[in-house]
Amino acid sequence: MSELTLTVIRLGFLAVLWLLVLSVTSAMRADLFGVRPPKPPKQARGAARQNAKGKNGKGLPSRVVIVEGPDTGRSAPLQGAPVTFGRGDDCTLPLADEYISTQHARLRFHDGQWYVEDLGSTNGTYVGNERLTRSMPVNVKSRFRLGKTVVELRK
Amino acid sequence: MSLDQSRHRAESANEITVVPRRGRGTELILLIFAVGIATFAYVNVDLGALGEVPPNAMAYLGGFSAVAGVAHIVIRIRAPYADPVILPIVVTLCGLGLAMIHRLDLADDTSRATVQLTWMLVGASLFIAVLFLLRDHRVLARYPYLAGLTGLILLILPLLPVIGHSIRGAQIWIKVGGMTFQPGEAAKIVLIIAFAGFLVQTREALALAGRRFLGVDLPRPRDLGPILIVWVAGLGILTVQNDLGPSILLFGSFVLLIYIATERISWVILGLLLIAVGAYAAYRVVGHVQTRFDLWLDPFIDPTGQIAQSLFGLAYGGTLGTGLGQGHPNMIPIAESDFIGAALGEELGLAGLTAIILLYALLVSRGLRAALVMRDPFGKLLAAGLASALMLQVFVVIGGVTKLIPLSGLTTPFLSLGGSSLVMNWVLVALLIKLSDAARRPAPTEAPSYTDDATTQVVKLR
Repeated sequence: MSELTLTVIRLGFLAVLWLLVLSVTSAMRADLFGVRPPKPPKQARGAARQNAKGKNGKGLPSRVVIVEGPDTGRSAPLQGAPVTFGRGDDCTLPLADEYISTQHARLRFHDGQWYVEDLGSTNGTYVGNERLTRSMPVNVKSRFRLGKTVVELRK
Repeated sequence: MSLDQSRHRAESANEITVVPRRGRGTELILLIFAVGIATFAYVNVDLGALGEVPPNAMAYLGGFSAVAGVAHIVIRIRAPYADPVILPIVVTLCGLGLAMIHRLDLADDTSRATVQLTWMLVGASLFIAVLFLLRDHRVLARYPYLAGLTGLILLILPLLPVIGHSIRGAQIWIKVGGMTFQPGEAAKIVLIIAFAGFLVQTREALALAGRRFLGVDLPRPRDLGPILIVWVAGLGILTVQNDLGPSILLFGSFVLLIYIATERISWVILGLLLIAVGAYAAYRVVGHVQTRFDLWLDPFIDPTGQIAQSLFGLAYGGTLGTGLGQGHPNMIPIAESDFIGAALGEELGLAGLTAIILLYALLVSRGLRAALVMRDPFGKLLAAGLASALMLQVFVVIGGVTKLIPLSGLTTPFLSLGGSSLVMNWVLVALLIKLSDAARRPAPTEAPSYTDDATTQVVKLR
């Protein structure tokens, strides 16, 4: 084994050792500079683009959807006219939930903002754990509960 | 904050909050790198010392890859969010230690590397066992006093008449059926678990301020009990076992943990004062400590010339080292164990030794990082404690070998020959991996269901 080869190997080993230290350090870079947030799924991006073009671009909800309860999956459009919830057939969105009053709650549009209000129901309308006593502004993704039914506003 | 807001916030946070990358791919790449370096070191030793490639190089590569690969797969299954750099660092250090022990074997015509390799396999198996058996690190917090007692018993074991065993004047071994074991290494981990569990319960009381003195809030005198007990225990071990290392590790990691738990600098000042008093007392009373101290000041009065040889070796190595297999590390007494830092420093030079110390620093920083991100206080303290113990141990050993501080008998984690140290450090790393997995795992965002019957008021109408 010639002297030169050994020297090359010796320096090569040190270089490789330091390269490992550097790659370990660069693997830790994420701690310092943060991690790139995950990309939203394609469908959601498409929907977002569509919404950005549409007239509801300011972030107004365009639909109200039942997300929990016996009527899960049903929805109604929000176009400016009040939407009423209850067991009665004259409601905009008649519900089959037996803990709901005939005329239970109403979504009302006023001054560029949707409000939810209780219509004197027996079991009340809740936003979070709070029982509504007066109307409360709601936005996209807001949820409120009547009986066993949870309603969510969507774009 | 109402439930709705909190759920709302969790949802919107989901879009912004970054999910930490699991980093298993990074780990795999770094592991391949680490295994490559381990094999390179092994081949380099034979090339340098004998001038030929070792015949079993491929087997060595295969064996190392198998160990690293199995450990990696187990991490993928049991701790998918674990820190990706911990395992590669450990594998690199093990590989370097093994190569150096093999190199000393060639010089001394022994076969200690095989023994070390066996212990590494045992260590890796325990690593896997810990990852599989320990589902949640919080179970360790349940019995802090029992853990403390176990740790103390482990420390006392070497003093018992039949199984106790003394090597080179230090009474820190036990010998059962021809096998020697250093229970102090296991005690290190058990005691840190005990300290973390104990401090989680008592840190609020310990953080209470007492009298103010020279601009520092001193703790209340009645809270001094725990630190004094550990201090006395440390001094007791020092006097009886004739070994500096374990007591420094014991007291040092306790002071660091109490500082992390209470965020009060006064505990550090107090700890340093106690160390100073203890060191002075030990210097006056314990002959062994006096010798160590004198040898630190003047290494050349030592007949074995440990530190002097170590310094000669480091100087001979210079900046870039003599090259693996081409120095004379076998001239340093106990080069395979306490002085492996000097042996590596001679053959890899300042550049290589710095890289090794940096690897330790990175390992410790990953432990502290896990402690920072951790959500439960016990896990925080445990991760910080394990990292601090590792840091202290490396500092005490490398500092002693390079004559920065008086030498004390401790092993260099992962590098030194010695089964108990290697195996227990693998266990320590398994705990760190588990803790970093718990720390980096995304927090559960599941909010309680809205249709919870408990919150629905039902009024009977009929």
